[in-house]
Amino acid sequence: MQAVSKRYGGVRALQAADLSVEPGRIHAILGENGAGKSTLIKVMAGVVAADEGRMLLDGAPVTFTSPAAANAAGIVCVFQELSLVPDLSVADNLFISNPPRRFGLIDRRAQRRLAEEALARAGADDVHPLSLVKDLSLSRRQMVEIAKALARQPRILILDEATSALTAADVTKVYAVLKRLRTDGLALLYISHRMHEIAELADECTVFCNGRSVAHYAAGAKTDNEVIELMIGRQLSADFHSGVFPPKPPPPAETGPPRLELKQLRWTHRLADISLTLRPGEVVGLGGLDGQGQRELLLALFGVLRGCSGELHIDGAPVAIGGPHAAKRPGIGMALIPEDRKTEGLMLPMSVRENLSYAALGTLSRGGVIDRAAERAAVDRMMALLAVRCDGPDVAAGALSGGNQQKLVIGKWLMMAPRIILLNDPTRGIDVGTKQEIYQLLRRLADEGAAILFYSTDYDELIGCCDRVLVMVDGAIHRELRGAQITERALVSAALDVEAAA
Amino acid sequence: MTGQDWPHRLREHKGTLFAFAGFVLMFAIYAANHPAGLNANVATTAANKGVLLAIVAMAQTLVVLTSGIDLSVGMVLVLANCLASHIVVGTPLQTAAGVAGVLLTGCACGALNGLIVIYGRLQPIVTTIATGAAFYGAALALRRVPGGDVNGGLADALTGQLPGGIPAALALLLALVLSVWLPYRRSVIGRAASAVGSSELAAYMSGVPVQRAKFVAYLLSGLLASIAGLFVTCITYSGEASSANGSTYTLYSIAAVVLGGVSLFGGSGSAVGAIFGALMFRTIGDLLFVFNLEPLWQPLFQGVVLFAAVCLGALRLLQVRNRLDLYG
Repeated sequence: MQAVSKRYGGVRALQAADLSVEPGRIHAILGENGAGKSTLIKVMAGVVAADEGRMLLDGAPVTFTSPAAANAAGIVCVFQELSLVPDLSVADNLFISNPPRRFGLIDRRAQRRLAEEALARAGADDVHPLSLVKDLSLSRRQMVEIAKALARQPRILILDEATSALTAADVTKVYAVLKRLRTDGLALLYISHRMHEIAELADECTVFCNGRSVAHYAAGAKTDNEVIELMIGRQLSADFHSGVFPPKPPPPAETGPPRLELKQLRWTHRLADISLTLRPGEVVGLGGLDGQGQRELLLALFGVLRGCSGELHIDGAPVAIGGPHAAKRPGIGMALIPEDRKTEGLMLPMSVRENLSYAALGTLSRGGVIDRAAERAAVDRMMALLAVRCDGPDVAAGALSGGNQQKLVIGKWLMMAPRIILLNDPTRGIDVGTKQEIYQLLRRLADEGAAILFYSTDYDELIGCCDRVLVMVDGAIHRELRGAQITERALVSAALDVEAAA
Repeated sequence: MTGQDWPHRLREHKGTLFAFAGFVLMFAIYAANHPAGLNANVATTAANKGVLLAIVAMAQTLVVLTSGIDLSVGMVLVLANCLASHIVVGTPLQTAAGVAGVLLTGCACGALNGLIVIYGRLQPIVTTIATGAAFYGAALALRRVPGGDVNGGLADALTGQLPGGIPAALALLLALVLSVWLPYRRSVIGRAASAVGSSELAAYMSGVPVQRAKFVAYLLSGLLASIAGLFVTCITYSGEASSANGSTYTLYSIAAVVLGGVSLFGGSGSAVGAIFGALMFRTIGDLLFVFNLEPLWQPLFQGVVLFAAVCLGALRLLQVRNRLDLYG
């Protein structure tokens, strides 16, 4: 089998990226959040089409219009977001697109036997082939996902963060499986954020940065620090930061009880022993790779998750928050700017006015009737404050640009003058100008006494905005960085769990 | 290997078994208290009514499994009824051609629904309300006033008794399960339909033919609804373009699906469960008759049973750990 090479450009996610995969080798791909790794494999697996460039399989150009077409060509991907169908049995899932057949119908006995073999090959022989996928734990599902990929007899197997939900014992089994596949002559593409996994498995590595493949080297040829340097990819100039981000004030004096204090929060297996404090006037960042429990932490604080253990103190007094409605009570005054503004933040068909005022309707209504004049005044004030650009307060929120929509989401919560503001990656997908306005707004709110907890996947933001950054790994706070410690290098090495060189 | 097979099989067929148990219980009470006892005539009358709804419920199940809904099943039934009262008459050969015509019309109705849902990307609920109205219009054009006829031999064969007093309708239902549902369930396309209903994204990512699966589900739904329409004709010996009948069958089919343990979110459940759901729903109605209660209690009683079934299905929500999942 000849190598796959591909290049394409023009899209922001990937710019003229090259990659070649050899049979009998494990090829690791490294890169920061949003470096283009996921896009790259989605193109290879036929999920999205490349705008430019071409892909060669065994020297002949190929294009895949669907995952099925890529599978047929022997390219199989174990996706980060699981691709199992919850209501079907494990055996049904393993052979979902090409089951063994007899007289045109699915031969369930043969399927059962093949499923047992496939599960055993993937090291998941503790999974019963007839159990329903929705009854399995996340780690079992991931093992089934790997078994499913193997059952398709791939020539090129892509693993995208395939070990992220596995237990240590499973990881060992998967390593053994992968090494055997390598001996069998498969080409393996391995995407992981865990440097020690890559050191253990990979034969060669490619580093992605900003949608480009920036380096290709044999495994072990570079130190962890050199790799991090490559992933960061550029030296940041000082004036870049001072231009976009507002200046940081000196840290607030630690007098009185903190605005919010969380002790030993736990939730299922996703959050482990999280303790943190937020003081008035402080902007605290949440860092780390995507999906390390940051989102769950914010939701837990906001009272959305059931069955959390741990203590929450507001202004020194213990409180229990039973849901978003309780979280925004005057004594707590907590607001959450959600990650997905379209589904969790806005009611797109409703007007700008209605979207802005509904979190604060309690104060804008008397006896259950909305005071239209007060609402209008409050909405006008907020639109001016945030400089929302739209054709008046009566247009539908869905008609606004992404940046202006995000301003609405923030403005909605500002209407009730929150004392604690939780932000979940609020600047994703919005333009630089609006980002800048949001940064300044955050700083101003902090100066006015709000306590802000700010999760971002963009390291520049964490560096530019935050007084402290808590880096999360595997549902726990792994490292805390303060003031001048907050550098891109420190953030990346903390997120990847390697020691930073001084 | 780990563990036994039966707990997993039990888990998979839980809804169907519940529906079966519920039906057996209801029917036992019904039969024990029937003034005439359970003789062949009582059984045949009950079977004819029950099987009619059961076939419509099967039709509904196929679409619901893909996480769609077919609000036009009742109207396809009415259209098939009116058409059958024109063309399923005459010599055996003419009758056979008429039956084929009715079934093809049903397939065409189902195919139309499927094409609109897939290529028009409209929600199934809106699509099938609209097409249902159109089908009713066609039925009305065929039969302005109730009337018509049907081949008597066919009608008696389908609605009468087999040797031994077994209702022929039950044999028809069994034949449909064996010839339509089981092969469908065991086919790649049938399983694809469940996969699409369970998680369309995961199904797509796994290389499942999403659109074909939906299309076949709607097509077969139309076919089964037209078989039910043919059956109505055999029971009544006439055709009637009754909007009330159509709507009732549509709503009852959804009730039967729910009672039969089929998830309205799609993906899980079986047409066999829906059949027992339908038979149970019919028996509930008849229970009041044997206890000499006024018929006006019937809708209330049916509603209460349905509500209880829905509550049972909602119990799992108490286990949800992330409240956002309740809105997903």
